[in-house]
Parts: sequence; C-alpha cells; structure tokens
Amino acid sequence: MSDEDTPADGPELTLYRLHGCPYCERVVRRLDRYGLSARSRFVAGEHSTRDAVAREAGTRSVPVLIDHDRGVTMPESGRIVEYLDRTYGEGA
Amino acid sequence: MVDFELVAFPPSDHPEPGDRAPDFTRPLVTDEYWEDRTLSALAAESGGVCLLFYPLNWGGKSRYWWGEIQDRGWPVEEPAVVGVGISQPFDHRRFADFLDLSYPLYSDPGNDVARAYDIVHDLDGMEGIEEPRPAVFVVDEELLVEYAWVAEEWPQSPPFDEVEAAME
Repeated sequence: MSDEDTPADGPELTLYRLHGCPYCERVVRRLDRYGLSARSRFVAGEHSTRDAVAREAGTRSVPVLIDHDRGVTMPESGRIVEYLDRTYGEGA
Repeated sequence: MVDFELVAFPPSDHPEPGDRAPDFTRPLVTDEYWEDRTLSALAAESGGVCLLFYPLNWGGKSRYWWGEIQDRGWPVEEPAVVGVGISQPFDHRRFADFLDLSYPLYSDPGNDVARAYDIVHDLDGMEGIEEPRPAVFVVDEELLVEYAWVAEEWPQSPPFDEVEAAME
C-alpha cells in the first residue's frame, strides 16, 4: 500500500476500526496520548464484509492494530492498550 | 431524446487537458473498508485515474451510469476508474454492494472536491443539498489532465465511448 499517506516519523501503524465503536475510540485515545498516528481503516457493521480484517488478523472483530515495523497484529482493545503502554508508554 | 430544452449549466472554469487537476484527500470506500486517500498518491500507484463525478446514489442516473461502466468493463488500474459522490461512506458501501461495483468511491458530503474543480451543481428544490455536476477527468500519474468532460446541461450522461477512447 502507499507510503505517501503515512507520516515520515514515528512507527507505521494501521488501525481497523468501526465508526462509533467505544473499544476503537479507547485505542485512538491511547494512540493520541503517546503522540502516535495511525492510518485509519473503517469497516462496515456487517462482519461478513470484513474480509480485509479477517485476512490480516484472523478475526472479524475490531479494533485491530497493526504495528508494521514490529510485525505485530493485535485484536482486542484491552490487549492493544497494554501493548501500546508497554511499547510506547513512559516506561518503554 | 426529449424535444424540450434541458437546464443549461453556467460556464465553468474546470481543469482542461494540460492542466494539473486539483489534489484532494477524502475517504475512499472500497469493498472492504474506507480510508483517507489522496488523489495524487492513488494516481501515482494506479498509473493514472479516471475520476467520475456522478449524481446522487440510488437515483436512476447513478445506477444506470455505473451499470453501463460495469458492463463495459472499465479498468481498475491504468487508469483506475473511481467515483466521487456526496454520500457518506456507509451509504457508498451499501450502494456499491447493491450494484456489485468493482470501483471505489470517494465520499465528499461537503461537495468541496466539486467546488475545487468548479463543477458544483446546486440541486433545485432541495434546499441545502448540492452535488457535483456530471463530469469525467482522466489524469496521468502526476495529475496532468489528459481528458475532461463536464456536463453542459442537466441531466446529461457521460460520452462513454469518448471516455473509453481517452483511457486507452
């Protein structure tokens, strides 16, 4: 995919998310806290249309965060938030 | 054809062949997700873009035009055929599903892309709603306009044969 739309500095992150999904917003807030910017890919409500997420993450649930440089693909907001804290948080 | 006069659009200062098309970023709705996509990046990656500004989703024009384009098998690369309409992304998604559409659609509810191309169509009798004037721009990898067609009357359908020839 394109690199043109990705910020030059900082890790390359992709967030699969759903409009109005509180779990997704939780991840976005944590990304903001650490000054991280992710490419947002919005899926529709129907799980049947989420083939891209299924291919990437083996699940049709969102959010899914992909940290390209570290080769990490992670579903579930709780796990993602822990990962972000561990990897990009103050103690990291 | 109808034997009465159609509504004439006023003159437009839209991009002409040899001009650089205005760049923009809007959510691009594909069959799997939507994400912000910049036209210049899309053009560079796809070997050019055929940008189709089309009327309201679900109306006869939009359904007929996209059906015609599907039947003709217009390309998804070199150039990539892409629509621009005023629907929000969920509606684009449903519309594309309904038509089994192979082409991505830019979502531009504010109609600002049409404004940048000087092809705004203020819909008569629908206060507060505007859409693009029917138009087609074929641009190369660097957004240089190779072909431009902008409707002079409403409603007027794109010259499909002419556009097809321009894409070859």
